[in-house]
Amino acid sequence: MTIGGMSLPDFAFFLLAGLTVFYLLVQATVHPAEFAQITIFGVADGAMYALVALGYTMVYGIIELINFAHGDVFTLGAYVATALLGLFAVNENSFSFGNLVALLIVFPVVMLFMGAVNITIERIAYRPLRNAPRLAPLITAIGMSFVLEGVMFLWHGPATVHFPDILPNGPLSQITIGGVLIGIKDVFVVVVAIILVALLAVFINASKLGKAMRATAQDRDAAQLMGIDINRTIAATFFIGALLAGAGGITWGLYFNNITYNLGFRTGLVAFTSAVFGGIGNIPGAALGGLIIGLISAYSDSYLGSKWTEVVIFGILIGVLVFRPTGLLGMRVPEK
Amino acid sequence: MSEPQAAGKRRSLLTRLHLRERIKDRDQAIYGILLLAALIFPMADIYITGGSTADISKAAHAGTWVLLAIGLNVVVGFAGLLDLGYAAFFAIGAYTYALFASVQLGSSPLHHSFHIPFWLMMFVGLFVAASFGAILGFPTLRLRGDYLAIVTLGFGEIVPQLSFNLDQWTGGINAIGGIDQPWLPAWITGPWAGANSISVIQGSVCRVSWSASSFPCFAFSFDPVAYYVLIVTIIILAVILVSNLYRSRLGRAWMAIREDEVAAAAMGINTVTTKLLAFAIGASFSGFAGAYYGASIGLVSPDSFFFVVSITVLVMVVLGGMGNISGVIVGALVIYYVLNVFLPALPPTIEGFANNIGFTALNQQHGDWPGLAGAVARLNFLIYGLILVLVMLLRPQGLFPSRVREQELKHDAVQEEETAVEQAQAV
Repeated sequence: MTIGGMSLPDFAFFLLAGLTVFYLLVQATVHPAEFAQITIFGVADGAMYALVALGYTMVYGIIELINFAHGDVFTLGAYVATALLGLFAVNENSFSFGNLVALLIVFPVVMLFMGAVNITIERIAYRPLRNAPRLAPLITAIGMSFVLEGVMFLWHGPATVHFPDILPNGPLSQITIGGVLIGIKDVFVVVVAIILVALLAVFINASKLGKAMRATAQDRDAAQLMGIDINRTIAATFFIGALLAGAGGITWGLYFNNITYNLGFRTGLVAFTSAVFGGIGNIPGAALGGLIIGLISAYSDSYLGSKWTEVVIFGILIGVLVFRPTGLLGMRVPEK
Repeated sequence: MSEPQAAGKRRSLLTRLHLRERIKDRDQAIYGILLLAALIFPMADIYITGGSTADISKAAHAGTWVLLAIGLNVVVGFAGLLDLGYAAFFAIGAYTYALFASVQLGSSPLHHSFHIPFWLMMFVGLFVAASFGAILGFPTLRLRGDYLAIVTLGFGEIVPQLSFNLDQWTGGINAIGGIDQPWLPAWITGPWAGANSISVIQGSVCRVSWSASSFPCFAFSFDPVAYYVLIVTIIILAVILVSNLYRSRLGRAWMAIREDEVAAAAMGINTVTTKLLAFAIGASFSGFAGAYYGASIGLVSPDSFFFVVSITVLVMVVLGGMGNISGVIVGALVIYYVLNVFLPALPPTIEGFANNIGFTALNQQHGDWPGLAGAVARLNFLIYGLILVLVMLLRPQGLFPSRVREQELKHDAVQEEETAVEQAQAV
């Protein structure tokens, strides 16, 4: 059945998307300043979701595993960063040269550390099960998620942990354009995400290891026959995913200044939704999906109320899979 | 009556039951042990604890999980479909019963409360959950396997959130309490339930919402023994039903789809309908269990249906051995024991141990140290996670793998070895 040259599911998808965009346009014309403000929050949120979503999509692309522990790697990154920042004499609530140095050190250290953690997780919990029934690695992924949450719970207990507020804030650190506040925090988060995603894109497309990753994702056996070390490539994928998740954890902490041990669960699910939304296995798709999901959750928070955001996001997840299973940028994959 | 005759009769009875063969068969032996344990447990427990029914209440609660695991096993173990939102159907069943068997709807926009008996609502809950399963499954089951997992995951997140948000109807965070208890015309009690003599109980007064007259009855009113008997009966019926399904034409179709969907479709199996049936039957078990849960707890609140519940049931199925009903029951009991008995009991035990060997100082709270018991309580997550990882690494097939699958895997392995040998010889 077709309507206007489109199949029915495509038509329904575009109809819903169109209606949403129309509603948002109406809001944008009636209350432009409010709308722009919400958009800025959404973009900042989306940048962080994108950083986490990339890890999900890369791992899924290469070994078809929903890596449930990934969200907790993200949270652990924030926890480790809190501890590391505690070692520096950082000034909270005001920016100093010391803060900048601390950030420049903490970012790479935490990212590399999380990369090492994720490689260890892959080595212990996923690699031995590569030829086991498909559900087995999924269960160990859930197990590792509990283990990481358990470590953080043991470390700081159930309470909210304060993340040092070391980015510049106060009246000098934000500019107002037509009644819209743009803080350095918002800019910082987006810039960090753009830099990392650009580096990732270069790495995947230009480096030899990136080529090996793409080959392995496409056909593991054929890649192996071409002399690609599969285990090394998969480990590298986990490593890079965790670098991004670690950076995401730090930016999250710097932006919101509050973290809890189970933060990774919900963030992970939302990031995973972003990955599916962009087309699972597709790297630009995950970045775009993260951005869109961030915007949608910001609009839903403001226009519908935050208690509906989760329903909206997971409703979108179901809707995309039913109407457009390959996501926004995904290619049609034949049933294996 | 002469001696040889009696002996002959006994032997013939034994041969007729095939007892020896049954004990040799692992799954039959597990069933036998479980059934025996289910019969002896309440009497032994009441005798040992001197009339306390707390353990029986726990066992009856464990029964809910066993029922859930049996149902999810149909979806995951038989048909090979990954369902990560199984708790949603559990919630749907529980809310269906809670709404139509409490005063809740009286304070909703409907302004009229219902009190429909449990025995009817049990099946309504089953039917409603199965319908939701079919509605959700119909568009998604045509997609690739993983997408189903993701869709069910999303659904599993939406349902509890909706029950929070639609507080006009569901009470939201305040939950639905005071849910009607099941009743029977009469009940028999005796020494096995801690009473002094065998007697018939009819102590309550019941009425049904469609008639004005009331009648004497036995209301369950949180009597653990009655609930225990009920859930054990339901589980036995469920096991019989599911094992017959497994051996039926439908069961073989599920197996075929699980092993190779394209080949199954080529053999003339309608894969969408067959998968949909597995999904809906699995959901109906969950809905049924939900109605029982609502009645036995008497309180239905959104936070008892989070993702953790779906995952726990999945872990029970995978740990027990996907596709093997007896294994899945054992898996459910083991995980229930670990989560609800072993882990909660650990902190006080260790605290007592530290006191006994003279490390009393460790039990004191100071600064960041939450005391030994607190620290161990914080370890719960970690221990549960490690158990999951270790069991999967050591036995990826589960504790008691399905016989059929085991054979298939062995067959594959032997064939691979043969090809390897052939190749080596050729070289």
